[in-house]
Amino acid sequence: MPESVVILDATAIQRALTRIAHEVAERNEVSREVVLVGIPALGDHLAMRLGKFLAVIWNHPVPVGILDTTMHRDDLDNRAAPTIHPTEMPFDVNGKTVVLVDDVLFTGRTTRAALDALNDFGRPKKVQLAVLVDRGHRELPIKADFIGKNVPTAGDEKISLLLTEAGAARDEVILKKK
Amino acid sequence: MSWTKKHLLDIESLTADEINTVLDTARGFKAVGERAIKKVPALRGKTVVNLFVEPSTRTRISFELAAQRLSADIVNFSAEASSFKKGETLKDTALNLEALNADFIIIRHSASGAPHFLSRVVNAHVINAGDGAHEHPTQALLDAFTIREKKGRIAGLNVTILGDILYSRVARSDIWALTKLGANVTVCGPSTLVPKNFEKMGCKVTHDVDEAIRNADVINLLRIQHERQRATMFPSIGEYTQLFGLNKARFANTRPDALIMHPGPINRGVEIDSEIADCSRSVILEQVTNGLAVRMAVLFLVNGGKTVEEPAK
Repeated sequence: MPESVVILDATAIQRALTRIAHEVAERNEVSREVVLVGIPALGDHLAMRLGKFLAVIWNHPVPVGILDTTMHRDDLDNRAAPTIHPTEMPFDVNGKTVVLVDDVLFTGRTTRAALDALNDFGRPKKVQLAVLVDRGHRELPIKADFIGKNVPTAGDEKISLLLTEAGAARDEVILKKK
Repeated sequence: MSWTKKHLLDIESLTADEINTVLDTARGFKAVGERAIKKVPALRGKTVVNLFVEPSTRTRISFELAAQRLSADIVNFSAEASSFKKGETLKDTALNLEALNADFIIIRHSASGAPHFLSRVVNAHVINAGDGAHEHPTQALLDAFTIREKKGRIAGLNVTILGDILYSRVARSDIWALTKLGANVTVCGPSTLVPKNFEKMGCKVTHDVDEAIRNADVINLLRIQHERQRATMFPSIGEYTQLFGLNKARFANTRPDALIMHPGPINRGVEIDSEIADCSRSVILEQVTNGLAVRMAVLFLVNGGKTVEEPAK
């Protein structure tokens, strides 16, 4: 039986996102230049939540986009074709500061794919990375700018985020041990 | 997501789940076609061969663009300008293509089962782009995609396929796909071209065009396949148009929201009145747009399929 541990509950997730929103606001003085881009399947929901916090801090709406990265992955030959999610980029990224939002940062390969995918939409002024959980084990020189929680893990452990927007009963981050 | 097949040979052997996987995947690729940069690197470095032993423009160009938009290299191969003329067999041609490291072979052939045969002799992914009167799977997938996009669902819809059913690979693939997805399919046309035994595929057979189109949510018109028929199948094109063509009088008796579809090439004034082909309920050109997305999805899906595990973040 794999052992499951809740490493972030709903309150902790909310607190982490609030803090990340304040860090984003602190780092980026020109608020009108900032757009959030979530990476599906869950980063897009987190980006929507961050967008709401930032709108309160900055007192104006913050554009939120969704960027599917599956067509830019480097492991497409090695496994079953992944689910493709819709991409929605309702703004011009040229000259903007794009904050990529994902749930878990692990090997860094999704982030690399996201950077490539973003290229197809233009040339942002800056790209920053916000993640709810950084679990280590990077395979590429990629680092998050904003981190909800650092969780040291073993390579074969699994981290799952549950969100009410995605049909879960409550928000939770769970670590499953082998 | 459920796709573990190496080839796309027919619709008959697919599950409803697999068909839906293609349709869901195609939705993402359709959006790519609407961007300023319409190309993604998913098949970078792969080689796709269009092996068209039977003429085609629409399907060949659609596959060609699909491969290019996935960043694959594509070689076109047509029967007229090839060694088939010199007596080379299909197997030898395919093995030669494979010796050039082709990763995908898209085949259209006048012989039913040619793609299945090919899949047994080569290691490349084989995609059926139409084999004789057997199947044309990507056409059925794009038809299903178009219906689902326009109507929001497929299950429970009344779909009428009207025309030359006997010689139509599109009809067979459409019947398989749409019945698997829960539609009520009716096929209609002259009795010589619409035999009763099609009922074994799970559809309704009728020769009464007015009954067939009255309650249809979707009317899919098929061309008369002159190249496959004998002259005795029906007396004249004029008679066919009069008895089965979708003219204004018949169109007036269809449901006000019935979709008009046609896999092309259309013969204006024969199976469809010219004005109806261009009316707002006609989705004939959208089928072409969707065909590109569906073919990208098929290439993308057959390329994977080795394991089912989720990606590492």
